[in-house]
Amino acid sequence: MINKIVASVADALAGVRDGATVMISGFGGAGQPAELIDGLIEQGARELTIVNNNAGNGDTGLAALLKARRVRKIVCSFPRQADSYVFDELYRSGQIELELVPQGNLAERIRAAGAGIGAFFTPTGYGTQLAQGKETRIISGKPFVLEYPIHADFALVKALKADRWGNLVYRKAARNFGPIMASAAQCAVVQVDQVVELGALDPEVIVTPGIFVQRVVCVPAHIARAVA
Amino acid sequence: MKRRTRDQIAARVALDIPEGAYVNLGIGLPTLVANHLPRGREIFLHSENGILGMGPAPAAGAEDWDLINAGKQPVTLLTGGAFFHHADSFGMMRGGHLDICVLGAFQVSAGGDLANWHTGAPDAIPAVGGAMDLAIGAKRVFIMMEHQTKSGESKVVRQCSYPLTGVACVSRIYTDLATIDVKPDGLHVVDMVEGLSFAELCGATDAPLIAQHAPAL
Repeated sequence: MINKIVASVADALAGVRDGATVMISGFGGAGQPAELIDGLIEQGARELTIVNNNAGNGDTGLAALLKARRVRKIVCSFPRQADSYVFDELYRSGQIELELVPQGNLAERIRAAGAGIGAFFTPTGYGTQLAQGKETRIISGKPFVLEYPIHADFALVKALKADRWGNLVYRKAARNFGPIMASAAQCAVVQVDQVVELGALDPEVIVTPGIFVQRVVCVPAHIARAVA
Repeated sequence: MKRRTRDQIAARVALDIPEGAYVNLGIGLPTLVANHLPRGREIFLHSENGILGMGPAPAAGAEDWDLINAGKQPVTLLTGGAFFHHADSFGMMRGGHLDICVLGAFQVSAGGDLANWHTGAPDAIPAVGGAMDLAIGAKRVFIMMEHQTKSGESKVVRQCSYPLTGVACVSRIYTDLATIDVKPDGLHVVDMVEGLSFAELCGATDAPLIAQHAPAL
Protein backbone atom coordinates (compact mmCIF):
# COMPACT_ATOMS: atom_id res chain seq x y z
CA MET A 1 0.00 0.00 0.00
CA ILE A 2 1.37 3.38 -1.00
CA ASN A 3 1.71 5.57 2.05
CA LYS A 4 3.70 8.81 1.86
CA ILE A 5 2.76 9.80 5.41
CA VAL A 6 5.79 9.64 7.71
CA ALA A 7 5.63 9.49 11.47
CA SER A 8 7.71 12.49 12.45
CA VAL A 9 9.37 15.67 11.26
CA ALA A 10 12.73 13.92 11.75
CA ASP A 11 11.67 11.09 9.41
CA ALA A 12 10.43 13.66 6.91
CA LEU A 13 13.87 15.29 6.78
CA ALA A 14 16.01 12.17 6.64
CA GLY A 15 18.73 12.36 4.00
CA VAL A 16 19.22 16.13 3.68
CA ARG A 17 22.96 16.31 3.03
CA ASP A 18 25.50 19.07 3.59
CA GLY A 19 25.57 21.31 0.53
CA ALA A 20 22.00 20.47 -0.51
CA THR A 21 19.70 22.96 -2.24
CA VAL A 22 16.50 23.28 -0.23
CA MET A 23 13.42 25.23 -1.31
CA ILE A 24 11.19 26.56 1.46
CA SER A 25 7.62 27.63 0.67
CA GLY A 26 5.94 30.68 2.11
CA PHE A 27 5.49 34.38 1.66
CA GLY A 28 6.13 36.02 4.99
CA GLY A 29 4.55 33.67 7.52
CA ALA A 30 1.81 32.45 5.14
CA GLY A 31 2.71 28.99 3.90
CA GLN A 32 5.98 28.83 5.81
CA PRO A 33 6.57 25.28 7.08
CA ALA A 34 7.84 26.41 10.48
CA GLU A 35 8.11 22.94 12.06
CA LEU A 36 10.01 21.54 9.07
CA ILE A 37 12.49 24.42 9.29
CA ASP A 38 12.95 23.76 13.02
CA GLY A 39 13.42 20.10 12.11
CA LEU A 40 16.06 21.02 9.54
CA ILE A 41 17.99 22.93 12.21
CA GLU A 42 17.87 19.85 14.41
CA GLN A 43 18.74 17.57 11.49
CA GLY A 44 22.00 19.47 11.21
CA ALA A 45 22.77 19.74 7.47
CA ARG A 46 25.22 22.55 6.69
CA GLU A 47 26.39 24.62 3.73
CA LEU A 48 22.83 24.71 2.41
CA THR A 49 21.57 26.74 -0.52
CA ILE A 50 18.11 28.00 0.43
CA VAL A 51 15.48 29.15 -2.07
CA ASN A 52 12.72 31.27 -0.55
CA ASN A 53 11.00 34.54 -1.38
CA ASN A 54 12.54 36.25 1.65
CA ALA A 55 15.53 35.79 3.93
CA GLY A 56 13.82 35.29 7.25
CA ASN A 57 12.00 37.44 9.79
CA GLY A 58 12.77 37.94 13.45
CA ASP A 59 14.52 35.02 15.15
CA THR A 60 12.29 32.13 14.10
CA GLY A 61 11.83 29.91 11.05
CA LEU A 62 14.24 30.69 8.23
CA ALA A 63 15.95 33.39 10.32
CA ALA A 64 16.75 30.75 12.97
CA LEU A 65 18.25 28.49 10.28
CA LEU A 66 20.47 31.39 9.14
CA LYS A 67 21.38 32.21 12.73
CA ALA A 68 22.46 28.59 13.25
CA ARG A 69 24.91 29.19 10.36
CA ARG A 70 23.61 26.38 8.19
CA VAL A 71 23.16 28.45 5.05
CA ARG A 72 25.94 29.20 2.55
CA LYS A 73 23.77 30.89 -0.07
CA ILE A 74 20.25 32.24 -0.35
CA VAL A 75 18.27 32.69 -3.57
CA CYS A 76 15.41 35.11 -3.00
CA SER A 77 13.62 38.23 -4.22
CA PHE A 78 13.18 40.31 -1.09
CA PRO A 79 15.76 39.76 1.68
CA ARG A 80 15.62 43.19 3.31
CA GLN A 81 12.69 43.71 5.66
CA ALA A 82 12.05 45.59 8.86
CA ASP A 83 12.91 42.49 10.92
CA SER A 84 15.47 40.71 8.70
CA TYR A 85 18.32 41.57 11.05
CA VAL A 86 19.78 38.05 11.12
CA PHE A 87 20.24 38.03 7.35
CA ASP A 88 21.36 41.68 7.28
CA GLU A 89 24.22 41.02 9.67
CA LEU A 90 25.42 37.87 7.87
CA TYR A 91 25.23 39.65 4.50
CA ARG A 92 27.04 42.80 5.66
CA SER A 93 29.84 40.70 7.17
CA GLY A 94 30.17 38.64 3.98
CA GLN A 95 29.08 35.40 5.63
CA ILE A 96 26.26 34.57 3.24
CA GLU A 97 25.99 34.68 -0.53
CA LEU A 98 22.89 36.32 -2.03
CA GLU A 99 21.42 35.65 -5.46
CA LEU A 100 18.74 38.31 -5.88
CA VAL A 101 16.02 37.33 -8.37
CA PRO A 102 12.92 39.30 -9.37
CA GLN A 103 9.95 37.55 -7.77
CA GLY A 104 8.25 36.50 -11.00
CA ASN A 105 11.51 35.21 -12.45
CA LEU A 106 12.07 33.29 -9.22
CA ALA A 107 8.62 31.68 -9.52
CA GLU A 108 9.06 30.92 -13.22
CA ARG A 109 12.56 29.48 -12.76
CA ILE A 110 11.15 27.14 -10.11
CA ARG A 111 8.19 26.26 -12.33
CA ALA A 112 10.54 25.64 -15.28
CA ALA A 113 12.57 23.17 -13.21
CA GLY A 114 9.44 21.22 -12.33
CA ALA A 115 8.23 21.28 -15.93
CA GLY A 116 11.51 20.17 -17.51
CA ILE A 117 12.19 23.44 -19.33
CA GLY A 118 15.87 23.99 -20.18
CA ALA A 119 15.73 27.79 -20.00
CA PHE A 120 13.32 30.56 -20.99
CA PHE A 121 13.30 34.15 -22.21
CA THR A 122 11.56 36.60 -19.88
CA PRO A 123 11.00 40.35 -20.29
CA THR A 124 11.40 40.94 -16.55
CA GLY A 125 14.66 42.63 -15.60
CA TYR A 126 15.74 43.54 -19.11
CA GLY A 127 18.00 46.60 -19.06
CA THR A 128 18.55 46.39 -15.29
CA GLN A 129 21.44 45.42 -13.00
CA LEU A 130 19.80 42.06 -12.36
CA ALA A 131 20.19 41.10 -16.03
CA GLN A 132 23.83 42.12 -16.30
CA GLY A 133 25.95 39.47 -18.00
CA LYS A 134 22.90 37.47 -19.08
CA GLU A 135 22.06 36.53 -22.64
CA THR A 136 19.37 38.71 -24.22
CA ARG A 137 17.35 38.45 -27.40
CA ILE A 138 14.85 40.58 -29.28
CA ILE A 139 11.80 38.44 -30.09
CA SER A 140 9.01 39.95 -32.18
CA GLY A 141 10.47 43.37 -31.49
CA LYS A 142 10.52 42.98 -27.70
CA PRO A 143 13.60 42.50 -25.50
CA PHE A 144 13.99 39.39 -23.35
CA VAL A 145 16.53 37.94 -20.90
CA LEU A 146 17.53 34.26 -20.78
CA GLU A 147 16.90 32.66 -17.39
CA TYR A 148 17.62 29.11 -16.23
CA PRO A 149 15.56 26.80 -14.02
CA ILE A 150 16.23 26.37 -10.30
CA HIS A 151 16.26 22.71 -9.26
CA ALA A 152 16.36 21.55 -5.65
CA ASP A 153 17.27 18.42 -3.74
CA PHE A 154 14.48 19.05 -1.24
CA ALA A 155 11.42 21.27 -1.04
CA LEU A 156 9.88 21.98 2.35
CA VAL A 157 6.26 22.92 1.77
CA LYS A 158 3.28 23.74 3.95
CA ALA A 159 -0.21 22.69 2.84
CA LEU A 160 -3.56 22.36 4.57
CA LYS A 161 -4.54 18.74 3.89
CA ALA A 162 -3.01 15.65 2.31
CA ASP A 163 -4.03 12.06 1.72
CA ARG A 164 -1.67 9.07 1.79
CA TRP A 165 -0.94 9.42 -1.94
CA GLY A 166 0.37 12.94 -1.32
CA ASN A 167 -2.46 14.85 -2.99
CA LEU A 168 -2.58 18.35 -1.52
CA VAL A 169 -4.90 21.27 -0.96
CA TYR A 170 -3.72 24.58 0.48
CA ARG A 171 -5.29 27.35 2.53
CA LYS A 172 -5.96 30.79 1.02
CA ALA A 173 -2.87 32.81 0.06
CA ALA A 174 -0.63 30.34 1.92
CA ARG A 175 -0.52 28.40 -1.37
CA ASN A 176 2.04 30.84 -2.89
CA PHE A 177 5.24 28.88 -3.72
CA GLY A 178 4.06 25.44 -2.52
CA PRO A 179 2.85 23.85 -5.77
CA ILE A 180 5.81 24.94 -7.91
CA MET A 181 8.43 24.12 -5.28
CA ALA A 182 6.98 20.64 -4.79
CA SER A 183 7.39 20.04 -8.52
CA ALA A 184 10.97 21.38 -8.69
CA ALA A 185 12.57 19.18 -6.00
CA GLN A 186 13.87 15.63 -6.06
CA CYS A 187 12.15 15.13 -2.73
CA ALA A 188 9.16 17.27 -1.75
CA VAL A 189 8.45 17.14 1.97
CA VAL A 190 5.07 18.52 2.97
CA GLN A 191 3.84 19.60 6.39
CA VAL A 192 0.04 19.55 6.66
CA ASP A 193 -2.50 20.47 9.31
CA GLN A 194 -4.53 17.38 8.58
CA VAL A 195 -4.21 13.98 6.88
CA VAL A 196 -7.46 12.75 5.34
CA GLU A 197 -8.63 9.42 3.93
CA LEU A 198 -7.90 8.64 0.31
CA GLY A 199 -10.94 9.91 -1.61
CA ALA A 200 -11.80 12.61 0.91
CA LEU A 201 -10.20 15.32 -1.26
CA ASP A 202 -12.42 16.31 -4.18
CA PRO A 203 -10.40 15.42 -7.32
CA GLU A 204 -11.67 18.64 -8.91
CA VAL A 205 -10.00 20.78 -6.27
CA ILE A 206 -6.71 18.96 -5.62
CA VAL A 207 -4.05 21.64 -6.26
CA THR A 208 -0.90 19.52 -6.11
CA PRO A 209 -1.34 15.94 -7.33
CA GLY A 210 0.62 13.37 -5.36
CA ILE A 211 3.10 12.73 -8.19
CA PHE A 212 4.96 15.86 -7.01
CA VAL A 213 5.07 14.80 -3.35
CA GLN A 214 7.39 12.27 -1.71
CA ARG A 215 6.80 12.68 2.03
CA VAL A 216 3.98 14.08 4.17
CA VAL A 217 4.09 14.80 7.87
CA CYS A 218 1.09 15.89 9.89
CA VAL A 219 1.61 18.82 12.25
CA PRO A 220 -1.86 19.73 13.53
CA ALA A 221 -2.52 23.46 13.52
CA HIS A 222 -3.06 23.72 17.27
CA ILE A 223 0.43 22.26 17.83
CA ALA A 224 1.93 24.43 15.09
CA ARG A 225 0.42 27.52 16.64
CA ALA A 226 1.71 26.61 20.08
CA VAL A 227 5.23 26.22 18.70
CA ALA A 228 5.02 29.44 16.70
CA MET B 1 -0.63 76.98 -5.31
CA LYS B 2 -1.53 74.03 -3.12
CA ARG B 3 0.14 70.68 -3.59
CA ARG B 4 -2.01 67.56 -3.68
CA THR B 5 -1.92 65.54 -0.48
CA ARG B 6 -1.12 61.84 -0.74
CA ASP B 7 -4.82 61.10 -0.50
CA GLN B 8 -5.56 63.60 -3.25
CA ILE B 9 -2.98 61.96 -5.51
CA ALA B 10 -4.60 58.60 -4.74
CA ALA B 11 -8.04 60.01 -5.56
CA ARG B 12 -6.69 61.38 -8.86
CA VAL B 13 -5.30 57.92 -9.77
CA ALA B 14 -8.62 56.29 -8.83
CA LEU B 15 -10.42 58.48 -11.39
CA ASP B 16 -8.50 56.67 -14.15
CA ILE B 17 -9.39 53.13 -13.05
CA PRO B 18 -12.48 51.97 -14.93
CA GLU B 19 -15.13 49.38 -14.09
CA GLY B 20 -13.92 45.84 -14.74
CA ALA B 21 -10.19 46.65 -14.59
CA TYR B 22 -7.73 44.11 -13.18
CA VAL B 23 -5.41 46.22 -11.03
CA ASN B 24 -2.34 45.69 -8.87
CA LEU B 25 -1.61 48.36 -6.27
CA GLY B 26 2.05 48.35 -5.24
CA ILE B 27 3.26 48.46 -1.65
CA GLY B 28 3.31 51.86 0.07
CA LEU B 29 1.69 54.97 -1.39
CA PRO B 30 -0.29 53.10 -4.10
CA THR B 31 -2.27 51.10 -1.51
CA LEU B 32 -4.06 54.39 -0.69
CA VAL B 33 -5.78 54.21 -4.10
CA ALA B 34 -8.04 51.41 -2.82
CA ASN B 35 -9.66 53.87 -0.41
CA HIS B 36 -10.69 56.14 -3.27
CA LEU B 37 -12.20 53.69 -5.76
CA PRO B 38 -15.85 54.73 -6.15
CA ARG B 39 -18.33 52.47 -4.37
CA GLY B 40 -20.32 50.39 -6.80
CA ARG B 41 -17.57 50.29 -9.41
CA GLU B 42 -16.46 46.64 -9.76
CA ILE B 43 -12.67 46.52 -9.90
CA PHE B 44 -10.55 43.41 -9.43
CA LEU B 45 -7.56 43.96 -7.16
CA HIS B 46 -4.66 41.57 -7.73
CA SER B 47 -2.08 40.79 -5.06
CA GLU B 48 1.06 39.14 -6.42
CA ASN B 49 1.27 36.59 -3.61
CA GLY B 50 -1.75 34.91 -5.19
CA ILE B 51 -5.07 36.74 -4.82
CA LEU B 52 -7.63 38.19 -7.24
CA GLY B 53 -10.61 39.98 -5.76
CA MET B 54 -8.72 41.25 -2.75
CA GLY B 55 -10.88 43.16 -0.28
CA PRO B 56 -10.09 45.70 2.44
CA ALA B 57 -8.39 45.05 5.76
CA PRO B 58 -10.42 42.91 8.19
CA ALA B 59 -11.91 44.22 11.41
CA ALA B 60 -9.54 44.12 14.38
CA GLY B 61 -9.52 40.60 15.79
CA ALA B 62 -10.62 39.01 12.48
CA GLU B 63 -7.12 38.83 10.94
CA ASP B 64 -6.25 35.64 9.07
CA TRP B 65 -2.49 35.34 8.55
CA ASP B 66 -3.00 33.00 5.58
CA LEU B 67 -4.80 35.88 3.87
CA ILE B 68 -2.27 38.68 3.50
CA ASN B 69 -1.33 41.14 0.76
CA ALA B 70 2.04 41.72 -0.88
CA GLY B 71 2.96 44.02 2.00
CA LYS B 72 2.21 41.08 4.35
CA GLN B 73 -0.71 42.91 5.97
CA PRO B 74 -3.98 41.01 6.61
CA VAL B 75 -6.68 41.55 3.99
CA THR B 76 -10.03 39.99 3.07
CA LEU B 77 -11.36 38.23 -0.02
CA LEU B 78 -14.37 39.61 -1.89
CA THR B 79 -17.18 37.27 -2.93
CA GLY B 80 -15.97 35.75 -6.21
CA GLY B 81 -12.30 36.14 -5.34
CA ALA B 82 -9.72 33.44 -6.12
CA PHE B 83 -6.37 32.08 -4.95
CA PHE B 84 -3.54 30.77 -7.15
CA HIS B 85 0.16 29.96 -6.93
CA HIS B 86 3.05 32.33 -7.56
CA ALA B 87 3.91 31.25 -11.10
CA ASP B 88 0.29 31.80 -12.18
CA SER B 89 0.21 35.11 -10.36
CA PHE B 90 3.26 36.46 -12.15
CA GLY B 91 2.04 34.92 -15.42
CA MET B 92 -0.97 37.21 -15.05
CA MET B 93 1.43 40.18 -15.16
CA ARG B 94 3.98 38.99 -17.67
CA GLY B 95 1.24 37.60 -19.89
CA GLY B 96 -0.35 41.04 -20.20
CA HIS B 97 -3.59 40.14 -18.41
CA LEU B 98 -3.34 42.85 -15.79
CA ASP B 99 -4.81 46.16 -17.01
CA ILE B 100 -3.16 48.58 -14.61
CA CYS B 101 -0.50 48.54 -11.99
CA VAL B 102 0.18 51.48 -9.70
CA LEU B 103 3.70 51.80 -8.31
CA GLY B 104 5.75 54.25 -6.29
CA ALA B 105 9.05 55.55 -7.65
CA PHE B 106 12.36 57.19 -6.84
CA GLN B 107 12.62 58.51 -10.41
CA VAL B 108 10.87 58.33 -13.78
CA SER B 109 12.71 59.42 -16.94
CA ALA B 110 11.44 61.31 -19.98
CA GLY B 111 11.50 58.01 -21.88
CA GLY B 112 9.39 56.25 -19.25
CA ASP B 113 12.22 54.37 -17.54
CA LEU B 114 11.40 53.57 -13.93
CA ALA B 115 13.73 53.46 -10.90
CA ASN B 116 12.04 52.29 -7.72
CA TRP B 117 13.84 49.30 -6.23
CA HIS B 118 17.32 50.31 -5.14
CA THR B 119 19.12 53.51 -4.29
CA GLY B 120 22.39 51.96 -5.41
CA ALA B 121 24.04 53.06 -2.14
CA PRO B 122 27.02 50.76 -1.48
CA ASP B 123 25.83 49.75 2.01
CA ALA B 124 22.21 49.16 0.97
CA ILE B 125 20.99 45.57 0.96
CA PRO B 126 19.22 45.15 -2.38
CA ALA B 127 15.66 43.79 -2.44
CA VAL B 128 13.53 43.74 -5.57
CA GLY B 129 10.44 41.61 -4.88
CA GLY B 130 7.90 41.88 -7.69
CA ALA B 131 8.83 45.43 -8.76
CA MET B 132 10.54 44.46 -12.02
CA ASP B 133 7.77 42.03 -12.96
CA LEU B 134 5.07 44.63 -12.29
CA ALA B 135 6.96 47.34 -14.15
CA ILE B 136 6.93 45.45 -17.42
CA GLY B 137 3.89 43.27 -16.81
CA ALA B 138 0.79 45.43 -16.76
CA LYS B 139 -0.80 46.93 -19.87
CA ARG B 140 -0.54 50.37 -18.25
CA VAL B 141 1.89 51.32 -15.49
CA PHE B 142 0.85 54.29 -13.37
CA ILE B 143 3.43 55.94 -11.12
CA MET B 144 2.36 57.74 -8.00
CA MET B 145 4.95 59.84 -6.22
CA GLU B 146 5.91 63.23 -4.90
CA HIS B 147 7.14 65.46 -7.73
CA GLN B 148 10.34 66.33 -5.87
CA THR B 149 12.50 64.79 -3.19
CA LYS B 150 12.50 66.26 0.30
CA SER B 151 15.56 68.30 -0.70
CA GLY B 152 13.72 69.67 -3.74
CA GLU B 153 15.25 67.63 -6.56
CA SER B 154 12.95 66.64 -9.40
CA LYS B 155 11.96 62.97 -9.53
CA VAL B 156 10.83 63.38 -13.14
CA VAL B 157 14.23 63.33 -14.80
CA ARG B 158 15.95 63.29 -18.21
CA GLN B 159 17.79 60.07 -17.29
CA CYS B 160 17.44 58.02 -14.11
CA SER B 161 20.51 58.15 -11.87
CA TYR B 162 19.22 55.30 -9.67
CA PRO B 163 19.37 51.68 -10.89
CA LEU B 164 16.50 50.90 -13.27
CA THR B 165 13.51 48.71 -12.48
CA GLY B 166 12.25 48.68 -16.06
CA VAL B 167 12.99 50.34 -19.39
CA ALA B 168 10.37 52.54 -21.12
CA CYS B 169 7.59 50.97 -19.05
CA VAL B 170 5.72 53.92 -17.49
CA SER B 171 2.41 55.10 -19.00
CA ARG B 172 1.36 57.93 -16.69
CA ILE B 173 2.83 59.82 -13.71
CA TYR B 174 0.72 61.24 -10.87
CA THR B 175 2.43 63.67 -8.53
CA ASP B 176 1.48 66.28 -5.96
CA LEU B 177 1.87 68.90 -8.71
CA ALA B 178 0.60 67.35 -11.94
CA THR B 179 -0.52 64.38 -14.01
CA ILE B 180 1.84 63.61 -16.88
CA ASP B 181 1.53 61.15 -19.77
CA VAL B 182 4.63 59.39 -21.10
CA LYS B 183 4.39 59.30 -24.89
CA PRO B 184 6.89 58.45 -27.62
CA ASP B 185 7.55 62.16 -28.27
CA GLY B 186 7.97 63.08 -24.59
CA LEU B 187 6.14 63.98 -21.41
CA HIS B 188 2.71 65.55 -21.91
CA VAL B 189 1.11 67.42 -19.05
CA VAL B 190 -2.47 66.21 -18.54
CA ASP B 191 -3.41 68.41 -15.59
CA MET B 192 -1.80 70.58 -12.91
CA VAL B 193 -2.85 71.71 -9.45
CA GLU B 194 -4.73 74.97 -9.28
CA GLY B 195 -2.60 78.08 -9.21
CA LEU B 196 0.47 76.42 -10.74
CA SER B 197 1.67 77.78 -14.07
CA PHE B 198 3.21 75.61 -16.77
CA ALA B 199 6.44 77.61 -16.38
CA GLU B 200 6.49 76.90 -12.64
CA LEU B 201 5.90 73.19 -13.27
CA CYS B 202 8.77 73.16 -15.76
CA GLY B 203 10.92 74.87 -13.13
CA ALA B 204 10.20 72.03 -10.69
CA THR B 205 10.90 69.34 -13.30
CA ASP B 206 14.25 68.17 -14.62
CA ALA B 207 12.82 66.51 -17.76
CA PRO B 208 11.35 68.65 -20.54
CA LEU B 209 7.55 68.86 -20.51
CA ILE B 210 5.02 69.40 -23.28
CA ALA B 211 2.05 71.60 -22.40
CA GLN B 212 -1.32 70.20 -23.29
CA HIS B 213 -4.69 71.72 -22.70
CA ALA B 214 -3.94 71.54 -19.02
CA PRO B 215 -7.03 72.38 -17.02
CA ALA B 216 -6.64 73.00 -13.33
CA LEU B 217 -8.37 70.31 -11.27
